[in-house]
Formats: sequence, C-alpha cells, structure tokens
Amino acid sequence: MKDELLKTETVTETNNKVIQVKNLVKKFGSFVANKSLTFDVYRGEIFGFLGANGAGKTTAMRILCGLSSPTSGEITVGGYDIYKETEKIKKNIGYMSQKFSLYEDMTVSENIRFYGGIYGLSISKRKEREAEMLAKLKMDEVKNKLISSLPLGWKQKLAFSVAMLHDPQIVFLDEPTGGVDPVTRRQFWDLIYEAAANGKTIFVTTHYMDEAEYCDRVTIMVDGRIDALDTPDKLKKQFNAQNMDEVFLKLARGVS
Amino acid sequence: MRTILYILQKEFIQIFRNKTMLPMIFMVPLIQMLILVFAATYDLKNVDIFLVDKNLSETSRELVSHFEGSPFFNIYDASFDLAKAENSLKSDDADLIMLIPENFESDLIRDDEVGLQLLVNAIDGNKAQLIFSYVQGILSSYNKKVIAEWKGLAEFNPPLQIKAKISYWFNSELDYKWYMAPGILAILVTIIGMFLCGMNLVREKEIGTIEQLNVTPIQKYQFIVGKLIPFLVIALFDLAFGLLLAKIAFNLPIAGSLALLFGFGTLYLVGVLGLGLFISTVADTQQQVMFVSFFFMMIFILMGGIFTPVDSMPDWAQTLDRVNPIYYFMKIMRNVVMKGSGFTDLIEEFVSLIVIGLVFLSLSIWRYRKTS
Repeated sequence: MKDELLKTETVTETNNKVIQVKNLVKKFGSFVANKSLTFDVYRGEIFGFLGANGAGKTTAMRILCGLSSPTSGEITVGGYDIYKETEKIKKNIGYMSQKFSLYEDMTVSENIRFYGGIYGLSISKRKEREAEMLAKLKMDEVKNKLISSLPLGWKQKLAFSVAMLHDPQIVFLDEPTGGVDPVTRRQFWDLIYEAAANGKTIFVTTHYMDEAEYCDRVTIMVDGRIDALDTPDKLKKQFNAQNMDEVFLKLARGVS
Repeated sequence: MRTILYILQKEFIQIFRNKTMLPMIFMVPLIQMLILVFAATYDLKNVDIFLVDKNLSETSRELVSHFEGSPFFNIYDASFDLAKAENSLKSDDADLIMLIPENFESDLIRDDEVGLQLLVNAIDGNKAQLIFSYVQGILSSYNKKVIAEWKGLAEFNPPLQIKAKISYWFNSELDYKWYMAPGILAILVTIIGMFLCGMNLVREKEIGTIEQLNVTPIQKYQFIVGKLIPFLVIALFDLAFGLLLAKIAFNLPIAGSLALLFGFGTLYLVGVLGLGLFISTVADTQQQVMFVSFFFMMIFILMGGIFTPVDSMPDWAQTLDRVNPIYYFMKIMRNVVMKGSGFTDLIEEFVSLIVIGLVFLSLSIWRYRKTS
C-alpha cells in the first residue's frame, strides 16, 4: 500500500520526508502504548493521526515533539535526530496541546509577547507577526483582553496562531478542535489549510472522523498499532466504505 | 538573558494580577511579626502558685508575701489539703505547689535551716527550669533578709564568696522581642519565598502550560532562574518590610550593616527557593509541594535555633545543622541586627550558604525535565 503511494509521488517529495519514524516503541512499565510504529510525513502535507481514546496517538505525538522519550526506534523530525538534537527540533516545531495552553491571566498581546520573546523573535518581527495574526483572526479589538474572557473557539484559534508565531516547519496539533462548535471547527480547518498551503507540515490528531476527510493522508491507530495509512479516498475504497467513519468502525471491529 | 527577561515580565504580570498575592506579600509579615513576636516570649509571668502552708507562722507568711510581691508569681489558691493541691497541678490550673512544713518556723529558729518543698509542673521543661531559678532568686533574697534581721548585720559574716555581676551585652534589657523579631522574620521570608516559588512552578504543571514551554527552545537554567528571581525579589521586599515593622513596633535596634544583611539574605534565599523549586520539579501537584515543603520547613525551623539554642543540641544534631540554611541565616540575622557583626565575623556562614545555594539550585536545574 505504502509503496504504491510512493510511486505516485515525485522524487523531490520522497526526499522531502520531514518526519521519519521507524519502529517507534513506547512502554510505560509493562504497558506498551506504541507498538513499533513506522511512518513518514512529507513536507507540506496535512497528516492525520486518528484513533479511539487511548489508542496511543497523543503518546506518539508527544515523542515527536520531544516532550516524552521513546523506549526505542529511529526517529528524525525536521531532519534532526530526536535523541541528540532535541533543542534544534524545538526551534522548528510548533505544538498545540490538548490542554489549553495560553496563560488565562494574561492578555492576548501579553501572551504573544511572551512566546515571541521565548522563541527569540526580534521586537519588530514580533509586532509584525502579531498585527498580521490578529488581522487574520479578526481579533484586533480583543488584544488587550484577558484570555480567560474569550470564548473557547477563539482561544483555540489563538493558540494555533501562537504555536506558529516563530514560523516553524512542522506544527503538531493534539485534538485541536475538541469541544468546539462546528462553525468554529470549520474556521479552524481553514487556518490549517492556509498554513499547509504556505508550506507548513501539519500533524494533527483527532477522533472526529469527518475531520479525517480534510487530511491529505490518514493514519488509523488501533490499540497502539498503525492499522491503516493512506489517503482518505484510498482507505474508503480499500475498506469498501462510504466515509471515514465506516473505515474506522470496520478497523476497530476487526480488532475486538 | 533576553529569554530570562521575558520570563520575568510574564511572572510579574501574573503575580500582580493574582488577587491573593498582594495580601500575602503585605498582610502575612504584618500579622506574623506583630502577633508572633509578642507571643513568642520567654519572659515568665503569672506563675500560679498553689500554697500549702501548714505552718501559718509569721515567718511563713513573710516568705509568701515575698512571692506575692514578685511580678512573676501569684498565689492561685491555698489549702491545707495536699491532695487538692496536686489535683490543681494535674488539671493545669497551678504551675507550682509550695509546701511549707508544719514546723517551718521552729526548725528555722532551732537549726538555722529548714526545708521547703516545691512541686513544679515540668511538662514544659524550659518553663519549669525558669520557675525554679526565679524561686531560687526570691528565696536567696529572703534568706539574706532573715539572716540580717535575726542575727544582726554586724554579727553576720558571710563566708567568702564570689559575686557575679552580670551585664547583658547586645540586648542590655533582655528584651525578648529584640531576640525573637529577627528570628521570626528569618522564618517568615523563608516561608513566603519557598512556598510561593514552589507553588508557582507546579501550578504551570497543573494547568498544563509547562508543556507549551517545554516544546520551546527555552533552556533549563533560564526557566529556573526566571522562576526564582520574582520570588527572591518578593522575599527580600518582605525582609525590608519586616525590619521596618520591627523598628516601628519594637524599636528594634539594627546594629549592623543593612547592605550586609540583604547580601546574606539574597544568598540564603537563593538556597531555600532553589529547594522549593527542586521540590516542585519532582512533585505533580500543589498539594504535594505543600506537604514536602512543610516537612523540610518544620525540620529546618525547629533545628534552626529560633526557640532552642543550637549549642545545647546533641552533637549529631549540631552536625546535621551544618546543612540547614535556616540555622545559618538565623545566626546571621541575630548577629548582624543585634551585635553588628561584620562580614569577617561571618565567613563560615558565607561559605556554607554559597555551597547550600549552589547545591539546591543545581539540583532544581538538573531535575527539571523538558522531556519526561
């Protein structure tokens, strides 16, 4: 399946593996959260990581972000080795965690200033990025409001934009649209498309199967393993399904 | 360096926006200094005597009046029934039973010597000893009077004796408030600094913002230093505030150099805040930080010599105190404030605090993990 996919892609794209994972294993004591995962992510694609709760999605993503260390496996992110060049990786990635992570007791501007400062953006660069970002999100009026006073959907969009403040190659999104209304979810995906169009690689976990349709390629994790990896269209064909929901259910049922 | 400044800016914004923070910074020192310094006194007052005077003679009454005349004692009750007296000691109503035997006066006249029984409630050993020495003082002045009156001054040739003339240096009036204020202040800045600092770091773990920081290229030392400095500033501010309060409320004389005191204060606080940060890098919740910090704090404070002199602790305890930062700071506070000690008098403390500070700070930087 994967070989077939590679054939259809150009040579530059195959050289453009922005994430390479080979035999990634993560154990917590005797519990194996990731059972030998192998996959590649290409530059500029939206790579969906799907699975039920507890399938091991977040664990794998946290390893790629350098928040957790793998038990074994060969992994490079942005061309850097995950064991030796963790800090270089961190300059090149953005991350938006499941837990909302802007400071609620600071204003929008203060949050941007802080993260901009941490990533070493110059003041002029930061101001430029801030103006750009607030204009795009139409949030210029709330820039001096505390984050805690904003609705969840706005916070999520802000968190995504802040994660991209330093212009990273790869952005990791861990269930970014959890608990958000459908309209805001759609808007959120517009932001993701735009980022991908600008050459960013998006690595996103979700358990909304409709969102899987928006991804370029999708990985379905079941019980710590990758059970399927392909474009949504091919997966639907392969499993003879109408939509991704059915694909997922067929895979999950096959296990139990 | 720039990164640290951004962290500091963020921390101060959050500290001043936190509604419980400002009252903590101002009210805690105000209340603790004013209440604790007055309360934690060794001055012995109002010792309640249960009198069992079986003699009821002129001599015994005079002896009793000596006790009544003292500001330290008061006759709580009197009875001939020793059992009743014992009960009042048991029920904690009396501190002392004074038993004057039936033949007190006659024995004294006949033998020039007579016994007096004192039963002291020694649950608080310190207090019992103090009571005993106060009683001795009163008895010896009474003795002199008896000898003078009965035997006549001229006749009285006391045996050769050495008389000690005591003058109390560095605290001539033995004002306990002057002794307690620097000690309590030392503890106060420790509690405020260590707790706030540790709680702050672990709070970022609880709300999850620490993950967002851990995916940035922020360096471990930058993070720890950025977390330490704000609370160092707050604790030093409280040190100044507390000294000012002590000056106003107790007229505490500050004999030594303030610059030296704050220099040592900084050194000391880096150590204890480092310990607070270390605890919070290990812990996952604010509750855990509270318990573990409290554990260390209890040991440090009680072994630090605020209430009991370190010199009278067993040798092993004194050895253990070598790693107790509060022990050094307590000593520095008292010596600089009351005695006016200079830097050269405190070299040992200086070196020890530097070592302790470096160890705790390095531990916290080492233990802070960006990757779990």
